[in-house]
Amino acid sequence: MKKLLLPADKESLKSLKAGDEVLLSGTIYSLRDKAHALLLGGGDIPEFLKGSVIYYMGPTPARPNKAIGSCGPTTSARMDKYTPTIVKKTSIIGIIGKGERSAAVNRAMKGKAIYFLAYAGLGALCAQSVLKSEAVLYKELGAEAVFRLEVKDFPLIVCQDLKGDNIYGGIK
Amino acid sequence: MRIIKSSEIRDIVAALCIEAAYNLPKKEIKLLRAALNKEKGRAANLIRLILKNAKIASKGEYPLCQDTGSTVVFAEIGEDIHIEGNINEAVNEGVRKGYKEGYLRKSIVNPLLNRKNTGDNTPAILHLSIVKGDKIKLKVLLKGGGAENASRLKMFTPADGKEEIIDFIKQTVKDAGGKACPPYILGIGIGGDFEQCAFLAKKALTRNRANSQKRYTLLEKEILREVNSLGIGAQGLGGKVTALSVYVESAPCHMASLPVAVNICCHSHRIKEGVI
Repeated sequence: MKKLLLPADKESLKSLKAGDEVLLSGTIYSLRDKAHALLLGGGDIPEFLKGSVIYYMGPTPARPNKAIGSCGPTTSARMDKYTPTIVKKTSIIGIIGKGERSAAVNRAMKGKAIYFLAYAGLGALCAQSVLKSEAVLYKELGAEAVFRLEVKDFPLIVCQDLKGDNIYGGIK
Repeated sequence: MRIIKSSEIRDIVAALCIEAAYNLPKKEIKLLRAALNKEKGRAANLIRLILKNAKIASKGEYPLCQDTGSTVVFAEIGEDIHIEGNINEAVNEGVRKGYKEGYLRKSIVNPLLNRKNTGDNTPAILHLSIVKGDKIKLKVLLKGGGAENASRLKMFTPADGKEEIIDFIKQTVKDAGGKACPPYILGIGIGGDFEQCAFLAKKALTRNRANSQKRYTLLEKEILREVNSLGIGAQGLGGKVTALSVYVESAPCHMASLPVAVNICCHSHRIKEGVI
């Protein structure tokens, strides 16, 4: 099991290979369909997203005294339409989601950003790694807002590494 | 004539929403344990994590999944019952109450114009039927968006048969791949017309016992075997168990048609039932 601490340097990102299990710690940002559409529909790209890791996720409401509710990944393929532009405009270094993506997205991410899988359908388990969450943009969207998350040892699998090797490649 | 207050319906719907969101049915746990015995390596570990997630959720603090779904309610109303109040409103009141008190995600939006959230997960998708007796039986299914998006319906013609149907089901599951949270539970509707076929597929996901018709029990087993031969596995990362179970529901159809619907349900098969 490898560990990745954010912010990360290029070398530690390069050392991650498709199929590796990783425990991620640091700050990440949730970004779903609507936030993508708003950001690319003329919204200013906020500074905090630049060079960050984004997570396709919309949580359940947090209970009192809890950092967050259930918070597993949503289907990445829905964001395929936006991803090549987002990668270009934000220079993000990683995306966390679930499931296969289009060839165009895989190409757009190669060499620039790692695609991680979070454990799909395991929102209660994922929540155990979130220390803090706060809606920081588009708060009016509720679960679809952009949340800043502080995570510790968030369990992920490297789906596509910087070289472009992809674990879904083998089973298609 | 038995009289039932609509508030009783509201309260039981609310309780079933919460129960479904936090507690995976025993039957699913059993199917997952059986799947665990068939898998090894990473695939086995992923099934173990699904069971671990279910255990965490059962403590009642974090729902099984952040997508607490569209709320699909099947209500069988006994014909010897008089409901004081409106059942549609009672069910929606129940959803409103359950999603608020259970800290569940409100995921329902207007479809096209502004995608504005309704704020309380209403309206529920309500299927009413009248049956004999003086009871109300309610089944609540929380259906996540990712798996619903991967579902398909195809209008076959009488020239097609079992082979074409199974190919279509396999293609649907292949297209879903790792995107809709495998291992899946498949609801298959065969027959009826366009909308009844989709309804049958959804209703199939609420069945908790074997098909009463032997030929369909055999078909379910065959579909399960074929789908598992795809090797998609948990998380789409390869494995022997791509689907945990298959349920077929059928109805007569027009002589010119053969509708088939595949309703994919993720491994978090959140269904609970109650009786008033």
